[in-house]
Amino acid sequence: MQLQQMYQEIILDHYKNPHGRGLRDPFDAESHQINPTCGDEVTLRVKLDGDTVRDVSYDGQGCSISQASTSVLTDLVVGRPLDEAFEKMDAFVELMQGRGQVEPDEDVLEDGIAFAGVAKYPARVKCALLGWMAFKDAVARSEGAKA
Amino acid sequence: MTTTATPLDVATVRADFPILGRTVREGKRLVYLDSGATSQRPRQVLDAERAFLETANAAVHRGAHQLAEEATDAYEGARQKIADFVGVQYGEIVFTKNATEGVNLVAYAMGNAATAGPEAERFRIGPGDEIVVTEMEHHANLVPWQQLAARTGATLRWFGVTDEGRLDLSNIDELVTERTKVVAFTHQSNVLGTVNPVRVLADAARAVGALTVLDACQSVPHAPVDFTALGVDFAVFSGHKMLGPSGIGVLYGRRELLEALPPFLTGGSMIEMVQMAKSTFAPPPARFEAGVPMTSQAVALGAAVDYLNAIGMDRIAAHEHQLTEAALRGLAEIPGVRVVGPLDTVDRGGAVSFVIDGIHAHDAGQVLDSLGVAVRVGHHCAWPLHRRMDAAATVRASFYLYNTLDEVTALVDAVREAQKFFGVA
Repeated sequence: MQLQQMYQEIILDHYKNPHGRGLRDPFDAESHQINPTCGDEVTLRVKLDGDTVRDVSYDGQGCSISQASTSVLTDLVVGRPLDEAFEKMDAFVELMQGRGQVEPDEDVLEDGIAFAGVAKYPARVKCALLGWMAFKDAVARSEGAKA
Repeated sequence: MTTTATPLDVATVRADFPILGRTVREGKRLVYLDSGATSQRPRQVLDAERAFLETANAAVHRGAHQLAEEATDAYEGARQKIADFVGVQYGEIVFTKNATEGVNLVAYAMGNAATAGPEAERFRIGPGDEIVVTEMEHHANLVPWQQLAARTGATLRWFGVTDEGRLDLSNIDELVTERTKVVAFTHQSNVLGTVNPVRVLADAARAVGALTVLDACQSVPHAPVDFTALGVDFAVFSGHKMLGPSGIGVLYGRRELLEALPPFLTGGSMIEMVQMAKSTFAPPPARFEAGVPMTSQAVALGAAVDYLNAIGMDRIAAHEHQLTEAALRGLAEIPGVRVVGPLDTVDRGGAVSFVIDGIHAHDAGQVLDSLGVAVRVGHHCAWPLHRRMDAAATVRASFYLYNTLDEVTALVDAVREAQKFFGVA
């Protein structure tokens, strides 16, 4: 059944037991993103250490897809160099915008591959990308603040 | 003529709507419960639009050839049908691209009154004046008023909503005062289903010389509505929510007001005389219909009105009442489900919104969709209302003349399935 393809156990696990949730100090920049069609929102903070992502913390409310994908995001980017974090982001965005035609690479996306089924539902792609857009924006803000 | 004595024959009605026969998501029977967003169209409406285009299509109100004449007659004939349908006169109906444009037309025309002639005096608005709306408005009847206030320096105020989802009129005397220029409110909430006491608000507004603007998008398609009897000054509704096409909305304005109201969009068709430096404008409704209008859509909306009249609006209202009652009863029996809006069917229409403990509306909607049940999820363009009702997002089922009691059962069963799927049952 299509529903199980979309709501993989991995997604439901991250939804029920999110990783890295809660806003923490210190942080370099914060981003607040809203999905205007449903009102879902996320506030996400980034702490960089040179070019390394030291911490990502977040709070928000929304559907299982948006909350789980933000949880997966923290697993994928915390502790990694920024360029690697952005590579993962690009891979995730490509997967989500691929209408189910993109074969995800587990080495790159780890638990993120569970979202392949979501990509078949265009209305839900925005949900999956909400946290990632906040991450991208927060990093841009922290770099803007440094410049 | 139809009477309420004979109930609506849903099977016969459904046969007129080809789309209701399709399946979705791996062969599931479509249960379409999203008519509050847009309704489906019967063959009669589709055929009327096609027949017009195949036999009489031309740009209306220009050209002296036979097709132009026939197209103009068809367009203006639709205006007459629609006027009759809502109890007003022919010249009081303006076609717009949608209901949202209708509200904007009034708001922008009021803004334009500052630089119009003395006849537009009563529409002028500025610092010290107040615009009153309600917390249960669709964004379409809120944001244009916020913007008018921002442009003119007027103040926006609003009626609150009670916990059960009714308009809180306890402070009506403080809100509607001699400072009030406009009272804009919905006839029937697109989220709560609440039907507001239009006469009470219209009387209060009239007593202080304020204009009333009624959002009738969720009432005109579902029950008999007579704007003259309701005593409102302006009202808007949309074609696509009443079995008609998208791309057409209707603005009603009381004749003497439309005659004094400055234009919003300007250009061809809406002029009286044009010189290089200045122009004068046509009388209403032409003054508010700049450019070549949406003709086949108007004709099809006229056909939709014929269809609704043939069935009878009182019968449709009675049918939806029955469906709403069944939905409220069915949902009340499910632990963990909270209906956002009145729990009884008194002064209540067929939009039933609810939250399910432990399941976000989007996720619930996905399960319902997998079972063929099409509902709306989110804030339904009423974000402040959702905040007020302490819900980030809701699931909304909305009914129309073609829905059946079996479909209400399918909705209730699907909600139980969603609870099972997410392990919150």
